[in-house]
Amino acid sequence: MWIAYKTIVVKEVLRFSRIWVQTIFPPIITTSLYLLIFGGLMGERIGDMQGVDYLHFIIPGIILMTVIQNAYANTVSSFFLAKFNHSIEELLISPVSYWVILLGYVSGGVVRGFTVGLGVFIAVSFFVDLQIYSIGIVLITFLLTAILFSLAGFINAIFAQSFDDISIVPTFILMPMTYLGGMFYSIEILPEFWQSLSKFNPIYYMVDSFRMGFLGSSTTDFSVSIVVLTSMIVILALVAFYLLKKGVNIKT
Amino acid sequence: MSNALLISNLTKTYANNVSALSQVSLCVEQGDFFALLGSNGAGKTTMIGIICSLLNKTSGEVSVLGLEQSKNLNQVKRMIGLMPQEFNFNPFEPIEEILINQAGYYGIDRQSAKARAETLLKRVELWDRRLDMAKSLSGGMKRRLMLARALIHQPKILILDEPSAGVDVEIRRSMWLFLKELNEQGMTIILTTHYLEEAELLCRNIAILDNGQVVEQSSMKSLLAKVAKQVLILESIEPLPLVFPSFDFSIDKLDDYSIQVVLDGMSISQALGELSSKGIEIEHVRSAQNRLETLFLHLTSKEK
Repeated sequence: MWIAYKTIVVKEVLRFSRIWVQTIFPPIITTSLYLLIFGGLMGERIGDMQGVDYLHFIIPGIILMTVIQNAYANTVSSFFLAKFNHSIEELLISPVSYWVILLGYVSGGVVRGFTVGLGVFIAVSFFVDLQIYSIGIVLITFLLTAILFSLAGFINAIFAQSFDDISIVPTFILMPMTYLGGMFYSIEILPEFWQSLSKFNPIYYMVDSFRMGFLGSSTTDFSVSIVVLTSMIVILALVAFYLLKKGVNIKT
Repeated sequence: MSNALLISNLTKTYANNVSALSQVSLCVEQGDFFALLGSNGAGKTTMIGIICSLLNKTSGEVSVLGLEQSKNLNQVKRMIGLMPQEFNFNPFEPIEEILINQAGYYGIDRQSAKARAETLLKRVELWDRRLDMAKSLSGGMKRRLMLARALIHQPKILILDEPSAGVDVEIRRSMWLFLKELNEQGMTIILTTHYLEEAELLCRNIAILDNGQVVEQSSMKSLLAKVAKQVLILESIEPLPLVFPSFDFSIDKLDDYSIQVVLDGMSISQALGELSSKGIEIEHVRSAQNRLETLFLHLTSKEK
C-alpha cells in the first residue's frame, strides 16, 4: 500500500509541477499584488490592526488564502480530470484501497498548498521583514488547512459532472468564505452579530491561528481552532471515503 | 483444467432500468484464448466492466481462478489485466510514466516497474516514444500503450475489449503474434472484437452474447462445423464454358475464369472431382464467406 500511496503522490506532484506556469507562478504574482496594494499602498492609511501594522497583519491571511485555494484546486481539478478522461479506471481496477486513493490525492493537494505557500512566503520576505512567533503553530495550522481543503476539493470533484461544477464552489462559496474569514481584517472590528456569525466560518479559525503563529496574537484560543479544524477534517474524510467507496459518479 | 473465469447468473440493470445482462453464466478455462462476441450493446463491455470492478453488478457471482470476486476483490484484481475499448489514460502524462504508475498501483517498486516498462514498450514498439505525452500517439499506438499497461503487473488473465479497433493491418498482425505468444506462455486471454476473422484465427472457444444473454457457448471448431453450407470461389486458368452441365451443387459464373459454388454437405475434393470429370480444371479455391460471420449473424437474429 505504501508503494501505491507514494505512486499517487509522486504522480500528483509531477502533474502540477509540469504545469508550474499555471499552478505555482500565478499565485505568487497575485499575492505580491495584494500585498503591494492592500499592504504597501493602502496599509498606512488603515493604520494598526490587532496591535500590528496592517501590512504585517494581512500577510498570514494572504499566505493562507493561497494555501486554501491551491490545496482545493489541486484535488478538485486532478480528480475531476481523472474522471473526465477515465484515467481513474487505472486506480479502480488495481488493488489500491479507497483510503489510499483518498490519502494520495489529499497529500498531492497538501504538497501543492505547501509549495505555493512557501513560494509566497519567500516572495514576501524579499519586501517585508517577516517574524515568526511559533513555527509549530504555523505548520500545524497550514497542515490542517491544506488537508481540510484538499478533502473539500475531492468531494467537489466526486460530485462534479462538468467543468462548470468545479469552478462554482471556489467562486461562490470558497472565495466569500475566505474573504469573510478575517483575512483582511480582525473580526474585533465587526458588530457583535457579525462577530458571532464569523465564528461559524471555519476559515476564521485557520486565519486566526495562522496569524497567531506569525504575530503571537489571536482572537480565539488556539486549542479551539485545532478542535474545530480536526473535527471538520474527520467529517469530510468520512464523507469523501463513503462517496468514493460507493462509487458515486464513478461507478454505475 | 480449472476455470480461469466462472460467471454465474450475472445480472446488471442500470439505474435507468436498462437491462444490460440477464442471468448470464459463462465459463472460461485456464490457458484458453476465448472470444466474447456480440453486437454493439449486447452487454460485452458491461460484463468486462463487472469482471474488472469498474461496474457494480446487480446480482450473480464472478469467480477468478477459484476465488469469488465479492470475497477476494484485491486478489482477483491482481490476476486480471484489462485493455479497454476506450482510451482511459491521462493524455498529458508521458508514456513510460503511465506504465510505471500503473505498476505502482499494484505495489511494484519503481525500479522493477521501469525494467518491466522497458521490456513491454520495446515489445509493442513504443520504446522510442517513451518520453512523449500520450496525447501525441496515433490511435493504434494508444491501443498498444494500453496493451503494455494491461501487462505491466503480469496478470494471469488478459481481457481485451476491441484491441484492434483503429489499428493498421501490419500492427494488427504483429499484435496477434504477441497475443498468441502470451497465450502459449499460459496466459488466459479473453477477447471481444468486431473483426470476426480475428476471433476465428486466434480463439479456441467462443461465447456469443445477444441482448444481455449468452446465445451460444462452445468451441470454435464445433461452432464452425455447424455451418453446413460452404460458399467457394473457384478459379481456372483456362476460359470457362459459356454453359455449364448440371452438377450436384449450385454454380454461378462470376466471369470468364471464375465461378461461385455452394456446397451443402459435399466436400471440396468431391466437387473438384466432379468439375474435373466434365473438363473444368480448377487452379485456385478460396472461401467467399466468413463462416463465423455467417453464424454470428444467424445467432444474433440478424439473419434468422
